[in-house]
Amino acid sequence: MNKIALIIRREYITRVRKKSFLIMTFLTPFLFALIFIIPMLVMNNEDKDFKRIAVIENGSDLFKDVIPDTKDTEFDYRSDVKFDDIKNNFTEQGYYGVLFISPEIVSSPDAIQLISRKQPPIGLLDHITGSLEKEIEKQKLLAYNIENLDEILKTINTSVRIQTIKMDESGGARETSTGISMALAYLGGFLMYMLVFMFGSMVMRGVIEEKTNRIVEVIVSSVKPVQLMLGKIIGVALVGLTQFALWIVLTLALVTVLKTSFLPEGTMEQIQQLPRSLADADQSVAGATGTTVTPEQLTDFQELFAGALNQPWGLIIFSFVFYFLTGYLLYASLFAAIGSAVDNETETQQFMLPVTIPIILGLIVAMGTMQNPESSLSFWFSIIPFTSPIVMMARIPFDVPGWEIALSMGLMLITIVGAVWMAAKIYRTGILMYGKKTSWKEIWKWMTYKG
Amino acid sequence: MILFEAKDVTKRFATQTALDGVSINVPEQSIYGLLGPNGAGKTTLIRIINQITAPDSGALFLNGRPLKPEDVNNIGYLPEERGLYKKMKVGEQALYLAQLKGLSHAEAMRRLKYWFKKLQITDWWDKKVEELSKGMQQKVQFVTTVLHEPKLLIFDEPFTGFDPINVKQIKEEILYLRERGATIIFSTHNMSSVEELCDNITLINKANAILEGSVEKIRHDWAGNEYEIVMAGEVTPSSNGLFTVLHSTFEAGKSTVRIKAAEPADSNGIISAMTAAGKVLSFNPALPSMNEIFIRVVETKNKEALKN
Repeated sequence: MNKIALIIRREYITRVRKKSFLIMTFLTPFLFALIFIIPMLVMNNEDKDFKRIAVIENGSDLFKDVIPDTKDTEFDYRSDVKFDDIKNNFTEQGYYGVLFISPEIVSSPDAIQLISRKQPPIGLLDHITGSLEKEIEKQKLLAYNIENLDEILKTINTSVRIQTIKMDESGGARETSTGISMALAYLGGFLMYMLVFMFGSMVMRGVIEEKTNRIVEVIVSSVKPVQLMLGKIIGVALVGLTQFALWIVLTLALVTVLKTSFLPEGTMEQIQQLPRSLADADQSVAGATGTTVTPEQLTDFQELFAGALNQPWGLIIFSFVFYFLTGYLLYASLFAAIGSAVDNETETQQFMLPVTIPIILGLIVAMGTMQNPESSLSFWFSIIPFTSPIVMMARIPFDVPGWEIALSMGLMLITIVGAVWMAAKIYRTGILMYGKKTSWKEIWKWMTYKG
Repeated sequence: MILFEAKDVTKRFATQTALDGVSINVPEQSIYGLLGPNGAGKTTLIRIINQITAPDSGALFLNGRPLKPEDVNNIGYLPEERGLYKKMKVGEQALYLAQLKGLSHAEAMRRLKYWFKKLQITDWWDKKVEELSKGMQQKVQFVTTVLHEPKLLIFDEPFTGFDPINVKQIKEEILYLRERGATIIFSTHNMSSVEELCDNITLINKANAILEGSVEKIRHDWAGNEYEIVMAGEVTPSSNGLFTVLHSTFEAGKSTVRIKAAEPADSNGIISAMTAAGKVLSFNPALPSMNEIFIRVVETKNKEALKN
């Protein structure tokens, strides 16, 4: 067998067999799946306790029965008690809380208090403020003495939902969901950051291990140092790809299992049918009524799924694999060079900083990119090789012109050649140097050695 | 025939010279000792022979032609500090290192089984290296060094960390390897092993080779006209014009007398003088141990250096 293949095999097998690899591989999909599932669980398991809330106005009858009851909250209008009488003993009277609306509310919007023993859910608060706002608006409008006000209000009652449609160069329109794009940008950028860092430093630790154990002296008497370095980098890359592939498979499997067991029956079928009838969205909503899912919920799902399906998945997956491999290769070779230059892990710090700064900078810019994918900062950071893997992954869900991706990838490839060449030079000398504390000047000298 | 030759090898590091024009000639199928105090430059020379570092000047020859990078396959190297992957299993690791040296999987397996059995370490095959003691690790590393049957074997301090039984076993293996045709270079501080094993040595001190040649010749050269005479019964000979008695001991019915002969030595005269005193059982030139020679040579050199 080819020697470099032997090295790759060893690096791969020893890592894949480790307990930590198995744990990471099987635990992470659970975490991913939880990220998807927990919001659903929370939505389904909201505080379902029935609440009674006493509404007190201290005399004036302005807001009598203004707040409608909901399916788990009853608003009990009490004109018979004063606020001060009830605010200390509402629990004894069987109330969840007391809502006090002061007469000044029309002029000062914060003249309203909800007293309760527990933190009230946000939905309840929205319900109360929404109802009151509507009523106050109505009262104010009434002051203008407009005829048929009720009918007018009914007709002008509108609900707005934005459909975001992006035009591509060929003129075809695509429905997108900014929410999904943002989620993908976040996930892509963050995952890239995590993987490059994780596997890059794995290479570094491997190099340090070989150096401190003097294994390298034995191996270098069999193979060239560069072969050892490349073998290690490629071996770890394969570990990364294996783990990544397993994550995708396991996450999909888990999400499927969890979704079917937690979502109401039939929801999945409806959602799956939705995209097909997208053009005829109204009908599909109409057709879905009468089931366990309300029309509004369905429209939300519909949008989400439409947005998700319309993502450039092929491009995203291709770019992710490309940027993972190249970004990893770039940083792994730098990490390998650092590992070879030091005697132990604590000494790595002075060299780590210049290498980690671009990665972290990339992550910061990527997070900003989610808000504003077309900014010039995002553009440049997605072109410059040291930050491009992370930032470009955050930009791609928002559609990036082809030439920008091509430029970024091209520059990346050129940089890798340079980085590997440079790292090999440092590695070759550093790996066999002991006892001396390495300085930047020293490293520069190693790089400029001939041969 | 000379198997390996180093000519005028010089290596400088930033602040000091590690080797200053050192040459060695290693005959085929012989054992060559590299001696010298700590920090003399032995390990640097060994690393140069293994092409781990390159010399600043000087030339290296294997089989009469310049040493090439591919020659690493004909060299087995046991470094001073043991280099094994701690988390890897012994057998797996030995197999890996053997394959890196170019052996096929099947061939490596066959030879490993042979050597593991020979050194009685078969039980360790599935143990992780970190579970082994230092000496045990060294045995494993010894096997991985000799496994590909290289023409040239280089051991840097092969005996440190071994108990006396293992030292004996490794010595036997080294002699056995020479018998099978290997040429061996080793560095050591263990002078008794030099007397037992080495055909030739070079003594390096402060980057320079200060003594070289065959062990026997060196010991004779340094004998310094001293003789050892064993006589029956308790005899106390006295010094005369021919020799001075250095010391004498009596043990188990025999006296051992150490004398220093006057220059030039008249051995016949000495023997007749001794036979007059009692029954002579043996008469031998007293060879200094390598230990004594080592100390004397190095100390003399260092004193000279101080004077200059």
